[in-house]
Amino acid sequence: MNLERRLLNEQGGPGHRGPGLPACDVPPRPLAELLPGARLRDELRLPQVSEPEVVRHFIELSALNHHVDKGLYPLGSCTMKHNPKINDEVASLPGFALAHPLADDESIQGAIRVMHDLQRALAEITGFAAVTTQPAAGAQGELTGLLLIRAWHRSRGEASRRTVIVPDSAHGTNPASVRLVGYETMTIASGSHGTVDPEALRGALSAETAALMLTVPNTLGLFEPRILEVARLAHEAGAQVYLDGANLNALVGHVRPGDLGFDVMHINLHKTFSTPHGGGGPGAGPVAVARHLEPFLPVPVIVERDGLLRLSSDRPGSIGRVHGFHGNFGILVRALTYILTLGPQGLRGVSRNAILNANYLMRRLAGTYELPHPEHCMHEFVLSGRGLKRYGVKTLDVAKRLLDFGVHAPTVYFPLIVEEALMIEPTETETLDRLDHFAAAMKRIAAEARESPQLLLDAPHGTPLQRLDEGRAARELVLRWQDPAPAPSPSAETSSTWR
Amino acid sequence: MSYVGRTVEEERRMLEAIGVDRFEDLLAAIPREVLLEQPPPIEGPLSEIEIRRRFGRLARSNDADHSVSFLGGGVYDHYIPAAVNALAMRSEFATAYTPYQAEVAQGTLTAIFEFQSMVAELTGMEVANASLYDGATAAVEAALLSRAHTGRRRVVVAGAFHPHTIEVLRTYLDPGDLTVVADRGGQCAPEDLKPALGPEVACVLYQHPNFFGLIETPHAMHTLAHEAGALAVACCDPIALALLEPPGTSGADIVVGEGQSLGNPPSFGGPMLGFFACRQALVRRMPGRLAAQTVDRQGRRGFVLTLQTREQHIRREKATSNICTNQGLIALRATIYLALMGREGLREVAALCVRKSHHAAERAAALAGYRLVHGGPFFREFVLECPVDAARVCGQGRRDGVLPGVDLGRFRPEWRRWLLVAVTEQRSVEEIDAWLRVLERAGEGVR
Repeated sequence: MNLERRLLNEQGGPGHRGPGLPACDVPPRPLAELLPGARLRDELRLPQVSEPEVVRHFIELSALNHHVDKGLYPLGSCTMKHNPKINDEVASLPGFALAHPLADDESIQGAIRVMHDLQRALAEITGFAAVTTQPAAGAQGELTGLLLIRAWHRSRGEASRRTVIVPDSAHGTNPASVRLVGYETMTIASGSHGTVDPEALRGALSAETAALMLTVPNTLGLFEPRILEVARLAHEAGAQVYLDGANLNALVGHVRPGDLGFDVMHINLHKTFSTPHGGGGPGAGPVAVARHLEPFLPVPVIVERDGLLRLSSDRPGSIGRVHGFHGNFGILVRALTYILTLGPQGLRGVSRNAILNANYLMRRLAGTYELPHPEHCMHEFVLSGRGLKRYGVKTLDVAKRLLDFGVHAPTVYFPLIVEEALMIEPTETETLDRLDHFAAAMKRIAAEARESPQLLLDAPHGTPLQRLDEGRAARELVLRWQDPAPAPSPSAETSSTWR
Repeated sequence: MSYVGRTVEEERRMLEAIGVDRFEDLLAAIPREVLLEQPPPIEGPLSEIEIRRRFGRLARSNDADHSVSFLGGGVYDHYIPAAVNALAMRSEFATAYTPYQAEVAQGTLTAIFEFQSMVAELTGMEVANASLYDGATAAVEAALLSRAHTGRRRVVVAGAFHPHTIEVLRTYLDPGDLTVVADRGGQCAPEDLKPALGPEVACVLYQHPNFFGLIETPHAMHTLAHEAGALAVACCDPIALALLEPPGTSGADIVVGEGQSLGNPPSFGGPMLGFFACRQALVRRMPGRLAAQTVDRQGRRGFVLTLQTREQHIRREKATSNICTNQGLIALRATIYLALMGREGLREVAALCVRKSHHAAERAAALAGYRLVHGGPFFREFVLECPVDAARVCGQGRRDGVLPGVDLGRFRPEWRRWLLVAVTEQRSVEEIDAWLRVLERAGEGVR
């Protein structure tokens, strides 16, 4: 028997409730008397479910997810590496979890110290002068970096620079962030090797160019071999050079982006620095800058005075705040824990093994799937499923079939410059056995595409649900639970305790 | 320390399969001069034993570790049921990513759908998204949506609004496009708001309960905004919405807010939980992820991400926002919290906040030299004028194991004697008495 899973609102009912609260130990005066003139609500249709049933509900839901702790998760550009458990333990220490962002500086020295130490460590690792840990995510880091660049141009009387050059292989957040600061994107085509062609760049640079925004290694997993020349060209044209740090996992411990000519970069702590992805956040997107951009960093900044760390907003050139408080502190604690756990050699081992794993997997699969860019890759590589089209099979079908082998699908249809793209990033924490299993699954799927393509078209077979109708979801647009029955009368559910 | 499981022999086999002699051959594209011979000189490695020792010491040096908190101002010390931690820390939720492959992400997607449902219910709106970074950036996104929808530029912030949210709005918008209408006696007065409105105004944002904890008159603001052709945006606290009429009922177009109070610890201000709800008519301009109900090939109910054509990975520079992820795990905690507290429990939490904060306020106002700054009705939080600088009260509290409130002098020098005090359902009457003693001691000898 397969009972359809019920949503919370479809379970329990009046009289069912979770954990209780202490009795009111102050005079229980009527709320209407305490809140004169305020309009109160009549009904609140939240679930009414007992604790055991809430627990079962979420445990049942949890069993429907694929996750890193269960198996390989080779989503390109997402760096789905192991999330060490000590990081979570440290972040949940009461002194961190209960620390309040508006407490006076004397009472939060430990929390400020964590941010300070992380900023210093990230500056060392990236080779930049200063770091802000305020941006809450990579995309917000991009926005912050572009605001810093804008502030710098304005401070030099060059506010007319409003164009940002972005290669066609860039993440979608790049052009979206560019627009948010009021700049325009100019897209340049990648050269034949998938990297920036300095000649094309030279033609695109002008007195209007505010910045060049690059991802290194790029989304094909390739290092920009002429990066020093590219950065020099941009600087000669008066532009700033921004690094989308999504792929820092390929560089950490081996290359400092600050040495490559970049002026500013963001760092995704949830990628390179191992904090859990949480089903889509929270991440954190610190921004590292060269000395000339430091005066513009978001406030507050950390300064040391009289032996105390202080949060200072005395920064006249600052772009202002980008977050309500100090960014995703709980993520910052985890990242610092990770960095200190690994130490210098451990961090170097991260990129070494990430690169090794990606190259190994790429060579294992090269004969089976098309490999448009056969150079050695860095931490990830891109295959094309184009060759399977003759069997009526698309990359999407390969992705869905992979789910039947207990692994997550790679990133598909990105980057846009590769037809039927499969973007694969194994990360350093996968063992040789796991890589071999994945390669075997990919090869078997390619064989199935030839011999029994319907198997792929109907995939996945072993997942909790089969393929879902996305078109119907967008047409009907049911975005919240709807009560099929009329709401109960307020009197039936009103308890005397809240009025 | 390393999280890599690899022997020298395995590495040799892999290099051989790749077809190179040495690992360094894989780095041929990197210019020699930038390849580090040694990694950057950071600290470490530390074992777990050393990590625990070091971070344990740092955590204990924060007073929050051993003090009773009356701090608020957007971040609150509410009760978190044990089941929230137990469930949300599970690997299945914590170590998954954005549900790109819906067939193996129904856990995450169903939870997002339930989150959207509960936020829509609390706010009285038709739809809600899967969450945003925090309350401040949710307010920004509401302003940006309003501008795109109306084709107008000016954003009006009305009444006692969180100063940090105003700062974040200034960062994202051209500061010249932002008008702040000051409060009058702590609340927004319609006669002050009206002259600030005009044909160039995209939206009116107000906070309810506001920064001082006071309850505003949403319906009056909605009417004024709509008369000017602008959208009405409410920034609300979700616990207060268990009690207050939801802004959607009286015509708000967008309701956003900070959802930390729903099952999440203060965590030094992050990760927080921005929520975003609006009328169905605005859904195609909404920022962030959205989960929708659908069916699989066998007709079974399931959930997927929808309207992704709004988003940056499809639309690039034409996207409604640059937002990529949401605050998935924090939204999950809020969902579990709301499920556990339920309609009865959440109202009890809200009612306890009102009763305890009023009790504390009345007792404090009876102390020599202390008085309540505002006369309006308040929820959970109030501003107390002290006979000394609020910083001194905080200093006294530190010695006595009490964090007595937020020193508002940090925002404006003329507020230096103002203490913003939050009293949640967690504070017992004994703790309130201890807080009163801190106030007394701090005020001693001044009158």
